Amino acid sequence: MNKKTEKTIFDKDNIDIAWCPGCGNFQILKALKLALSELNIHPTQLVTVSGIGQAPKTPQYFNTHMFNGLHGRALSVATGVKLANPSLTVIAEGGDGDMYGEGGNHFIHTIRRNINIAHIVHNNMVYGLTKGQASPTSELGFVTPIQVDGVILEPLNPLALAISLDASFVARTFSQNIEQTKELIKAAILHEGYALVDIFQPCVTFNKTNTYQWFKENVYYLPETYDPSNRAKAFEIAIDTTKLACGILYKHRKETYEEKTHIYQKSKKPLFQRKHNLAGLLK
Amino acid sequence: MSSLKMKKIKNDVSIVLCGAAGQGIKTIEFALTHIFKEIGLYVFSTKEYMSRIRGGCNSTEIRVSNDPVFAFVDRIDIFIPLTKESFAHLKNRITKNTLIIGLKENIPSGYKTLNLDLEKIALEVGANTYFNSIAIGFILGFLNINKKEHVTFFTRYFKNKGQAIIDKNIDAANKGYECSQGLAEKNHFALQSKSDSTQQKLFNGSEAIALGAIAGNCNFVPSYPMSPGTTVLSNLANYSQKYDILIEQVEDEIAAINMAQGAWYAGARALVTTAGGGFALMSEGMSLAGMTETPVVIHVGQRPGPATGLPTRTEQSDLNLALYAGHGEFPRIIFAPGSIEQAFSVTQKAFDLADKYQIPVIILADQLFLDSYYTTKSSEIKLVESRNYFIKTKKAYQRYQLTKDGVSPRGIPGYGNGLVYVDSDEHTEEGLITEDFNCRINMVKKRLKKLEYILKESITPEFFGYKNYKYLFVAWGSNYHVMKEALCHINDKDFAFLHFSQVYPLNKTVKKYFEAAKKIIVVENNATSQFAGLLKKELNITTDTSILKYNGLPFSVEEMTQAMINCK
Repeated sequence: MNKKTEKTIFDKDNIDIAWCPGCGNFQILKALKLALSELNIHPTQLVTVSGIGQAPKTPQYFNTHMFNGLHGRALSVATGVKLANPSLTVIAEGGDGDMYGEGGNHFIHTIRRNINIAHIVHNNMVYGLTKGQASPTSELGFVTPIQVDGVILEPLNPLALAISLDASFVARTFSQNIEQTKELIKAAILHEGYALVDIFQPCVTFNKTNTYQWFKENVYYLPETYDPSNRAKAFEIAIDTTKLACGILYKHRKETYEEKTHIYQKSKKPLFQRKHNLAGLLK
Repeated sequence: MSSLKMKKIKNDVSIVLCGAAGQGIKTIEFALTHIFKEIGLYVFSTKEYMSRIRGGCNSTEIRVSNDPVFAFVDRIDIFIPLTKESFAHLKNRITKNTLIIGLKENIPSGYKTLNLDLEKIALEVGANTYFNSIAIGFILGFLNINKKEHVTFFTRYFKNKGQAIIDKNIDAANKGYECSQGLAEKNHFALQSKSDSTQQKLFNGSEAIALGAIAGNCNFVPSYPMSPGTTVLSNLANYSQKYDILIEQVEDEIAAINMAQGAWYAGARALVTTAGGGFALMSEGMSLAGMTETPVVIHVGQRPGPATGLPTRTEQSDLNLALYAGHGEFPRIIFAPGSIEQAFSVTQKAFDLADKYQIPVIILADQLFLDSYYTTKSSEIKLVESRNYFIKTKKAYQRYQLTKDGVSPRGIPGYGNGLVYVDSDEHTEEGLITEDFNCRINMVKKRLKKLEYILKESITPEFFGYKNYKYLFVAWGSNYHVMKEALCHINDKDFAFLHFSQVYPLNKTVKKYFEAAKKIIVVENNATSQFAGLLKKELNITTDTSILKYNGLPFSVEEMTQAMINCK
């Protein structure tokens, strides 16, 4: 990596990026490329799986294997990729609507499986690509062209939900803090097991409530002394929505699905290298 | 064109057991079918059952013969009612020729009855659980089958439960056997094994599909349980340690179809098994496979719909769903096996074809086929060496490179120096998102071009009948055997039968069979004759009439025979 220009092996040149100027996605993309570069992962060993939305376009804009699938379904595809070849680094990336709404059921059960993937969610509390509807994380009273009287549903709390399911790594950051975002993405990828990084970002076009300023005023950073192994404490922090904690809220190591399945106990070979011996199949 | 064997089936006994769920009919079926097969007799066994775990009224028909039998008959030679409700349940199939064996309180007067109190004998042996073994012994004794057969069977079946259990069951079977001795009615049945029993195998449709998948190198099965697709899943789970197969019961069918494609993308060979309703949830997933050109194999077990319908019965009403599921336009293949040999063959083929053409391939079966046991010669099952079609990528690899036949070399991540971009949006040759109108046209044409080559490999339908036929009966999937048997019975030089084990796409060379016919009759288990509709749409073939059944039960040989005769 060229430290002067911060250019990395992941950079794509001359690309037309479909995000609005000022979008938090630019910051996340930058942090992601730096994180990957610092981890010495090679693009040919990385698979980024995404769904549909603005955030899921991220893998189009850097060098990685890419499966840009259906809205809400990235976690299922990512699981299939990882189980077929656990030696690949797998990231599932998308927005809050894609991952917590359409993909809500997969979110819950992927945590249960504890597959070793990094789950990066760009959380801007609105549906951007479809032009401004509320998302599962929009606050009560948020007014949109569809929720004309303001949102009347309680927002989904992804961190609390993940902690209640005993997810093995639960973190949050704010896109403007590129350094922390980079560090948390690195930690998530290095973590052996399912790792959630929920990244707050503003949607400059459709969310006039949760702006850069609003996030700056409402987030705080967990101190160096914070112990992320305490689940009850993490949950307490997660459900306190008067202020929004950033950092690693909860982290612990438990056996991954790949470690538990007999498929990878006898052999580490990916499935594409295996062939059944059919002798005696019809006995 | 193959000619009909004019032999009618002789010495063919239809044994029907009827009782409540949980009484052990399944165990009796398992024992009898395997013992009959072991001694070289031909067996066909099928069941009709309710959607419940205990109680209700279920029946199993075991057809055993000196000659090959493969289809359901209405006729009952030996009826064993285990509950009071059983007689009423099958009243329409019981005649004066039926021998009824059971508690005389459960059987109305005026029928040929043999009083047998299985429960009483079971209690004498030691417990009610020996009920099944007594019944097994009785039936075998009644059909003059040597005692040593049930001894061998129980020894093997209970080997993990210890000698004491084995002995008790053999004792129970012996008691049942004794009850059958000296009965005059026995003389009506003369079963005699003719075949080389070592060559014979017994499979049900689910097993054939599961084993066919293993032969196709299937190594990942993400699925959600739904009757009648679940047995393929449990069969593969049984084999998952012997062969490295990763079985994952997912949270919903949408997870299944997406997970399977993530796995294929990374080089694995995934199978999804489900039923009509579960497949309906996979529509968008089908579309994903079509657009991303990701191979995927899906087994769909049909049952009566719509919605929940009759969960444990049989139907063929999801053909249109299989044809059209998934928005947008893209090619697919649909197989519909009707015999054990076909099931092995099409399932194995499905994996290589999905890989080669980078499309979804559907195996359409139904409850009748999946749950029925058929004797098959192992020499008739052809296993072919399967091969991978993915390539090792080089730098600047383009996943959707435009090619003459529409098939772009398929790279997988982690194998080579290239990057593999796959996109559900319309995409460039590289695989990145685009809205360029010309690129769109090229990609649509490319995806559809594959169909031309897929057609060249279509399985030709099987023809049975006389050369100068006038009446052509057409069927697909599980009606294969019942049609053949009916045709043998009728033995009319004007009749012929065409069976499709691949229902889509249809190569137009099949038109010749239809052009030669004076009258075309389509036989299927649905109300709107979906296959007739497909023939019209794809090949402009107008059929004359249809023989349809949609009450959830299969066609019987008698029913089919009469319906075919009525067509003339």
